[in-house]
Amino acid sequence: MIVAEQKPFEQIFNSVKNYENIMVLGCGTCVTVCMAGGEHEVGVLTKQLILAAKQNNVNLNVEELTITRQCDKEFFDENTTNKIKEADAVLSLGCGVGVQYIVELFPDMIVKPGVNTKFLGANISQGLWSERCGGCGECVLDEYEGICPVARCAKSLMNGPCGGSSNGMCEVDPENIECAGQLIYDRFKRLNKLETLLEFKPAKNWSLSRDGGPRRVAREEMMFDDE
Amino acid sequence: MDKNKTSSDSHLEQVLYSGEFTLTGELGPPKSADKNDIIEKAKSLKGYVDASNITDNQTAIARMSSIASGVISLEQGLEPVIQITTRDRNRLAIQSDVLGAAALGIKNILCLSGDHQSFGNHPTAKNVFDIDSIQLINMLYKMREEQQFECGDMIRNGKKGPVVEPKIFIGAAANPFAEPLDFRVMRLEKKIRAGADFIQTQVIYDMDRFKQWMEEVKQKDLHKKVYILAGITPLKSARMAKYMKDNVSGISFTGDIIERMEKAEDQKAEGIQIALEQIEEIKSMEGVHGVHLMAIGGEKSVPDIVEKAGLMPRPSVKEMKT
Repeated sequence: MIVAEQKPFEQIFNSVKNYENIMVLGCGTCVTVCMAGGEHEVGVLTKQLILAAKQNNVNLNVEELTITRQCDKEFFDENTTNKIKEADAVLSLGCGVGVQYIVELFPDMIVKPGVNTKFLGANISQGLWSERCGGCGECVLDEYEGICPVARCAKSLMNGPCGGSSNGMCEVDPENIECAGQLIYDRFKRLNKLETLLEFKPAKNWSLSRDGGPRRVAREEMMFDDE
Repeated sequence: MDKNKTSSDSHLEQVLYSGEFTLTGELGPPKSADKNDIIEKAKSLKGYVDASNITDNQTAIARMSSIASGVISLEQGLEPVIQITTRDRNRLAIQSDVLGAAALGIKNILCLSGDHQSFGNHPTAKNVFDIDSIQLINMLYKMREEQQFECGDMIRNGKKGPVVEPKIFIGAAANPFAEPLDFRVMRLEKKIRAGADFIQTQVIYDMDRFKQWMEEVKQKDLHKKVYILAGITPLKSARMAKYMKDNVSGISFTGDIIERMEKAEDQKAEGIQIALEQIEEIKSMEGVHGVHLMAIGGEKSVPDIVEKAGLMPRPSVKEMKT
């Protein structure tokens, strides 16, 4: 999923305090699962904003709403659309995709981000998420038996760990970052295929990643003729 | 690599090829545009080492470029090994720099991934890591041996232009002390397969582990396929030793080194004494072809160490050849 984290409250409040009517819009997908921008967080943030407005003598009307997905047209139904249009500004707790998608659907609307979009990751334990995919556009997990050096090595080293690997951890943050090279080594050892790590991995084709410019996926078989 | 012939015009390669115990000395570029800093450091090293080894934004701190510093070293009559990291430049920038460096007379390049930018003075920088150190080794090898760029284009200026490839003696780093320990010799083998001609090791404060690593290297005959320079840094103080032990990944200490430093009245002298003992031990080790002296910020102490180590005079290969 896309993992996000709510922005500091002061930053959020400052970004919306000059609008009279704001709509806090949550998203029911990734940010709900990582507890950054779902219905619950929308409720809490709405109360915080109302309180802060009172304390600062600011006239702020706050509406709240959470939709299933902010990155898909079909979830912006008539009711949602009308409510959004009544606001002077939308505070989106969706990821960066959601914020931009609302701008595209409502070209006259001011939309402020309420979260920092962090990465594509997994829930590791209660309250902990960790990056797993860099969206490089050409998956190499087959070559590394399911552990990604692109996303999980601080230097994206494709040919094994550098000298900064110690006790299974990366020198960039020995408390929190596992050494991807060590993980790959351990995995290959477990699968009894260490000798294949000797194979040279050539320079990666980054043109399929963000480096090739903003990407799109087009599936003609799914398109309607008039699109 | 074929050790029965040389692949470049590098003086360093000639010395290694001749079988002499070889010495290189680290030269750190200044955090300024002060040319004299390099001139003074090169003067200290000249005649005492076979090549200087010039760092590339070491520890991710912006400094004078390794190529510019290398050219200044060359002007002083001291052949440089320039380091190139893949942290700051992509394959385009690196290949362009390699062509430029070769045109300016640089003959040795050490290929590194480089310290992560979070350790340096621009921690908010974007890193590059378009390629890794092993891919860089292979890129230089392909440029030299196949006269081709990474993309496969020939190294020539148009269809009728002459093919003028950079004839670089290719270096790489090896860290016998980092983890996973069992992978370290494999990684060396990968670097050799990718095209490395010589290896410079991480600084050695754990001679037992280094010997064990060399045993594994010899079991695989890798010492016959690559020249190995052992990394030596004289400790300046017990504090420095403890700091490195606790804070630098991939450096390991054994024996009584820290204890000796603590007990010494003159810690700096003791650090040099330990380095001299290490060099003496390394001289007799099969498969180790020389020493890379990294006297951090202490280029001026190199002549004293080299003399005391009984490694003077340095060979003049050009004379030997004629």
